[in-house]
Amino acid sequence: MDALDLSRWQFGITTIYHFLFVPLTIGLSVVVAALQTAWHRTKRPEYLRATKFFGKLFLINFAMGVVTGIVQEFQFGMNWSAYSTFVGDVFGAPLALEALLAFFLESTFIGLWIFGWDRLPKRVHLATIWLAAIGSNLSAFFILAANAWMRHPVGFVVDPPASPLGTAGRARLTDIVAVLTNPQAISTYVHVLGASFVVAGLFVVAVSAIRIMRGGEREMFRRTMRVGLATTAVAGIVVALSGHNQAQLMAQYSPMKLAAAEALWQTEQPAGFSLFAIGDIEGSRNHLNVQIPYLLSFLATDTFSAPVEGITELQAQSVAQYGPGDYVPNVPVLYWAFRLMMGLGMAGVGIGVAGLWLTRRGRLPEQRWMYRLAIAALPAALAANIFGWVLTEVGRQPWTVVGELLTAASVSPGVSLVEVAISLAAFTALYGALAVVEARLLWRYVKAGPEPAEPAVEKPDLLPSFGY
Amino acid sequence: MDLPTVWFVAIAVLWTGYFVLEGFDFGVGMLLPVLGRHRRAALAAIGPVWDGNEVWLITAIGAMFAAFPVWYAATLSGFYLPMLLVVLALIVRGVALEYRGKVDDPAWRARCDLGIVVGSVVPAFVWGVVFADLVRGVELGADGVVTSSLLDLLNPYALLGGVVTSTLFALHGAVFVALKTDGPARLVGRAAVRRIAPVAIVALTGFLAWTVADHGRAWTTAVAVAAVGLLVAGAVLAVRGREGWAFVATAVTIAALTVVLFGSLFPAVLPSLTDPAFDLTVANAASGPYTLGLLSWVGGIFLPVVIAYQSWSYWIFRKRVTA
Repeated sequence: MDALDLSRWQFGITTIYHFLFVPLTIGLSVVVAALQTAWHRTKRPEYLRATKFFGKLFLINFAMGVVTGIVQEFQFGMNWSAYSTFVGDVFGAPLALEALLAFFLESTFIGLWIFGWDRLPKRVHLATIWLAAIGSNLSAFFILAANAWMRHPVGFVVDPPASPLGTAGRARLTDIVAVLTNPQAISTYVHVLGASFVVAGLFVVAVSAIRIMRGGEREMFRRTMRVGLATTAVAGIVVALSGHNQAQLMAQYSPMKLAAAEALWQTEQPAGFSLFAIGDIEGSRNHLNVQIPYLLSFLATDTFSAPVEGITELQAQSVAQYGPGDYVPNVPVLYWAFRLMMGLGMAGVGIGVAGLWLTRRGRLPEQRWMYRLAIAALPAALAANIFGWVLTEVGRQPWTVVGELLTAASVSPGVSLVEVAISLAAFTALYGALAVVEARLLWRYVKAGPEPAEPAVEKPDLLPSFGY
Repeated sequence: MDLPTVWFVAIAVLWTGYFVLEGFDFGVGMLLPVLGRHRRAALAAIGPVWDGNEVWLITAIGAMFAAFPVWYAATLSGFYLPMLLVVLALIVRGVALEYRGKVDDPAWRARCDLGIVVGSVVPAFVWGVVFADLVRGVELGADGVVTSSLLDLLNPYALLGGVVTSTLFALHGAVFVALKTDGPARLVGRAAVRRIAPVAIVALTGFLAWTVADHGRAWTTAVAVAAVGLLVAGAVLAVRGREGWAFVATAVTIAALTVVLFGSLFPAVLPSLTDPAFDLTVANAASGPYTLGLLSWVGGIFLPVVIAYQSWSYWIFRKRVTA
């Protein structure tokens, strides 16, 4: 164990933890805004009650997303100073844009929304939640553009160490449009947004299922459940289509990641999609590999016969290009992350689609196991999101910026093992404690259910639990 | 003015915005123990705005990353444990602020209050330490790696810097409480001003005198004198019930302090105590002209927009909070 290993663990733990809250913030902000819009249009009180009920759950989650996001911006400099120095000219720009264009919007208008119920005209108040939702969805684009650049760097030059420029030895941005229209950035954005709305949809489904199981407000929660199910189904289609596009970009730009994620040791033509494999990493082969023939060729290239390059060949190519070294990422982690992402994601979306059918035209299933299954879809979808990030980030190894900077050369040279051990321990302990607090608070509010209906004529008053 | 200098000034502006705005909500957080039953009113006054205030920090750090990557990297890694403390404190504080009103239970509120107090005191103090050390310089080699130990960073000048920011923010927060509440809470705020002001004035005067003695220029000396004068005026105005002007005075004091700090740094961004040849400067730590030009366009257009809607948000919540 050295500072590099612990810094990697810390980045993994803090980022995955952060991403438990991000998809809900992205998706639920829009769902809540849509519910409030429905109230605004129809004036039906149950939409207002649903807005406030899901709004509170959204805010409990939102707070966690905000505070765990602060860590990310500090962490690049704290633990990855060599990386930050090298890439800041390029990578820092989208982060600064994110703060200026998205975070201010999100934070300011969420504050206005929370405290503005009785202070703003209704239309203006409705606009505040939409602006906050736009901020959240916009912020994802900038951070994903930055992340995509690490996988497929574009729009920059690296100034030689002897350069007379102040940026000697560093990457220098030459084309921001290329960075923001990076095919990996756009494809990833669509995929992550889709996946976030799947999570948000299934969150609404799970909460509605719990409320229905507890016997209250069947009609209202049937309606919100339909909203969640429809969100999940539509977003699921987006995830599947963009996922196919992601696989093709992976074949094009990150062939090693694709080969590792498939445990494809040797080039195959045509290549089959592996369902289950037990491998021997030292020997670079699989003992057992159950495949669907031709499918990998199709996923990667849209044809059933194209070759897909294997790990052994790609490693040799990398050595020829970059010099001696091990350019193979962690094969078992990638292989299973890929399958778990797809399997759990499809299961979640499948439950959403099935649920839409089962709740059609005023129906509501009576079997409790169906509700339990619907509730289980939420953790499945969240896990699919996480495995997607494991696939993305582990698949980029051993690089932080593919072809330009190795992870081993990215860590802060001046930060000691002890310091990283302290921060890793502190984050893990604090995050563990906060997870318990957050989960209990969410449960408390789900259990309590929405506020009782108010008399139709009276203006909706500020609910105490919205403020402080 | 060349682009790196423009961005040095822009980053100074962002930090100024951060200290002026989050300064008062840190202050409110620090004052919870003396606010007693007026806590809820004081927290309601910062409720709609504290998160937006904190984005000034995120933007300041993001701008440092984009405009001066070498400065960003050396500072955040060089101040590893102080930065860790800040981040942990901000996490605890944010959650405590947002969750405090979510459960109607005195024990829950007490735990959240503790989180808010600690989460406000720690960053208010640590930012002073960090910025004093930035001005003073750190052990910094030719490789741009900071080798100062934590004990080096906790030198008397830096500790005094921490006392200055924490007392200044506490005072700024007390003025804010007096400004934004009514009835007894307002009087509690005023009483807090009376108690904190002497300490804050002495600490600020000492710190600025030390700063000017070591790094003084004619114009930073003038700003430093103005800062002390404004702080005295602010305290007097607050005690006399002119909270609006008092708040302007403490805000400008904090801005003036930040200006003195950045003015004393320039043209270095991280001076080296090891050898002045290893100083990180505006010139050698900056990004290329393309990035700085891009940031200038986007910042020039959108920062005024941000300031406009944040000001509107303050306008919406301009009324005093009644308990």
